[in-house]
Amino acid sequence: MSDARRVAVLKGGRSLERQVSLASGTRVEHALERLGHTAIGIDVGPDLVRALNEARPGAVFIALHGRDGEDGTVQELLEALGLPYTGPRPAGCAFARDKVLAKHLMLAAGIPTPAFLVFSDTTLKEMGAADALPGIGARLDFPVVVKPACGGSALGVRFAASPEEVPGALLAALSYDDKVLVERYVHGRELAVSVLGGMALPIVEAVPHDEDFYDFEARYTIGRTTFHCPAELADEQTARALALAAQVAELLGLTAGCARVDLLLEEGTGALQVLEANAIPGMTETSLTPQAAEAAGIGFDALVARVLELAR
Amino acid sequence: MDAPRVGSAARDLERYAGLFASRTRVMTSSAMRDLMAITERPEVISLAGGLPDTSTFPAETLAAVMARVAADSSARALQYGPTEGMRATRETIARVMAAEGARVDPDEVIVTTGGQQVIDLVCKTLIDPGDVIVAEGPTYPGAVPTFSSYQADVVQIPMDADGMRVDELEETLARLDREGRRPKFVYTVPTFQNPAGVTMSLPRRRRLVEIARERELIVLEDNPYGMLRFEGAPLPTLLELDGGHFVVYAGTFSKILSPGLRLGWAVAPRPVLAKLNLAAQAATLCPSSFTQHFVNAYFRTGHWERYVEELRGLYRARRDVMLAALETHLPPEATWTRPQGGLFVWATLPDYLDTTDLLALALSHNVAFVPGRAAFLDGRGGSSLRLNFSGSDDAAIEEGIRRIGDLVREQVGLFATLTGRPASRPGGHGAQAPQPRTDLADVLAMPRRPRDERRSDAR
Repeated sequence: MSDARRVAVLKGGRSLERQVSLASGTRVEHALERLGHTAIGIDVGPDLVRALNEARPGAVFIALHGRDGEDGTVQELLEALGLPYTGPRPAGCAFARDKVLAKHLMLAAGIPTPAFLVFSDTTLKEMGAADALPGIGARLDFPVVVKPACGGSALGVRFAASPEEVPGALLAALSYDDKVLVERYVHGRELAVSVLGGMALPIVEAVPHDEDFYDFEARYTIGRTTFHCPAELADEQTARALALAAQVAELLGLTAGCARVDLLLEEGTGALQVLEANAIPGMTETSLTPQAAEAAGIGFDALVARVLELAR
Repeated sequence: MDAPRVGSAARDLERYAGLFASRTRVMTSSAMRDLMAITERPEVISLAGGLPDTSTFPAETLAAVMARVAADSSARALQYGPTEGMRATRETIARVMAAEGARVDPDEVIVTTGGQQVIDLVCKTLIDPGDVIVAEGPTYPGAVPTFSSYQADVVQIPMDADGMRVDELEETLARLDREGRRPKFVYTVPTFQNPAGVTMSLPRRRRLVEIARERELIVLEDNPYGMLRFEGAPLPTLLELDGGHFVVYAGTFSKILSPGLRLGWAVAPRPVLAKLNLAAQAATLCPSSFTQHFVNAYFRTGHWERYVEELRGLYRARRDVMLAALETHLPPEATWTRPQGGLFVWATLPDYLDTTDLLALALSHNVAFVPGRAAFLDGRGGSSLRLNFSGSDDAAIEEGIRRIGDLVREQVGLFATLTGRPASRPGGHGAQAPQPRTDLADVLAMPRRPRDERRSDAR
């Protein structure tokens, strides 16, 4: 017999974002306890189903990030078990997780996203795609950003300032995924919009301290980036960014929980470009989504309560 | 804007930023740290850690020694002790060091919380923000955060198969002189270096000690692995060669008994020792009395040398398994060191391969190592990796290296495809005779030196 007050919190797993997920999960568990639930934390591994059977939860709170947890895998399993869970359904997860798929969907829906080309293990190894690499410059201006199609961090993300730097950057990105995105580099302000149950929350702006263009990791290193929330933007820009984020969440099927859409406000043109969406953004003390919720007057416990309420 | 969430404690720092000391600005999280978190998963074959194998220590010995401590000295074992450590422990340390050939007076020893604390205390005692520390390149990855937290400016000296290039050290010291910067100390792991696995030759040891005297410069000799020699003649420690003038020696029980004890020691010239002791008092009041009683009782049983001999046999066999596996599974473009002792092999791959990215790939195949960048403070080391052979059994080492080798070969092949240049020797290396590694002198120097300069090094 399941018990509505019992909530299993899935965290950890073997994704590269394990560490963040463990922190998110623990924080969610504490919030759930404060809300009067019994929280059962589960570090996802081979005994997941057994652990869930023992836990007999009324709902499952997914605090997993990255592979297996954010890509629909765990969600499909929970569908099979018939357990209600938080966050997007498997399709939404799969769309958001795969940047290539998400960008194609956005383009088809008329949502602006930086121009891109895709290379994969298969096209490179079996279809001679390497011969197409010299043509990148004609399609996208350098510099370009090379990144794994499914990646949630700075890992494997490289700038390539010239065609000579492309092979090394591709090799790095292909260490994380079989499919790699080569994207036009958009210089501008970095904005993150969290969307809670379809409603866009105040914008967070990330301002890297050093303008070291090539040091991608610096942007996500403690103390080397400052976050502002709400971002100081013109009213009209704010309204456009919020609307765009809500539209992306709707398009990709990310309205069932709290998602985060990352955008760039291009310098010079003032155009907004959507980079990607995250189906299950971090919930740590320092993550952007709780910060945005707080700016909207939604404390962390209330945020967790709302996400749980949206579980189906 | 890909994922500001990852590893970012930025908001937290924002909130408390006004309270943090400036030294914390260099204490950074990183993607590599996030990756290393996964190496702890049980299904991962980890060649990453620097773990000794504690599983072979007989449980009955542990029980007997604990019972002895409880029967003879329960109250004292549970009590505070002197900052410098118990007299009996310092005498034990003198006996251990004598077994390695070094004679020390127990009064010149302080007991610390692991060898790691010696590094911290030496920095605390000698380093003002901006002061220069000279270290090997690559250096012990665990010293990197310590150096950083004291805001030291670390200059790394390249190594070759004979350890730190002392000629390069002299050039660097001369350059620092010209720039008006005086280094406070030279940090070295001369024997079975972590991470490189190489050992500093006797002529270089002698020269390093001379340089320290000429320049009145401290040398911090970190020697956790000296007793773990599998082959070759033992070399004198820098401490012995120096006679106790400018060498501060860091020792530890971690690799000859147990890292769980957290007991190490420092030997230093008396004025330095006095300062280290004051610094230690501020940090921990005193090292653990409990584990000191354990160590003293254990060493009184007289079994310790036999146990260390067992460890040597175990690790030598594991090293051989690792070296054989590397020959079989790594492509010819890779090079690696052949340690005569210690815990580590250092491998270097073609420069277009990034071992941090390779680690991510390796983790998806459930195998882990330490990316070389962890051993440098300046971003070098990107194509090298540290492999530990003491903490895994033979089968795990063989399988771990096989997986890494397969991935490296795949990446080498892929790069050849991407650049349109054929790999230098496609089709794998497994069937070929092992390659003699005559160019080991260049394995560690990064960037590599032109071939014509390679043999000019006097050793």
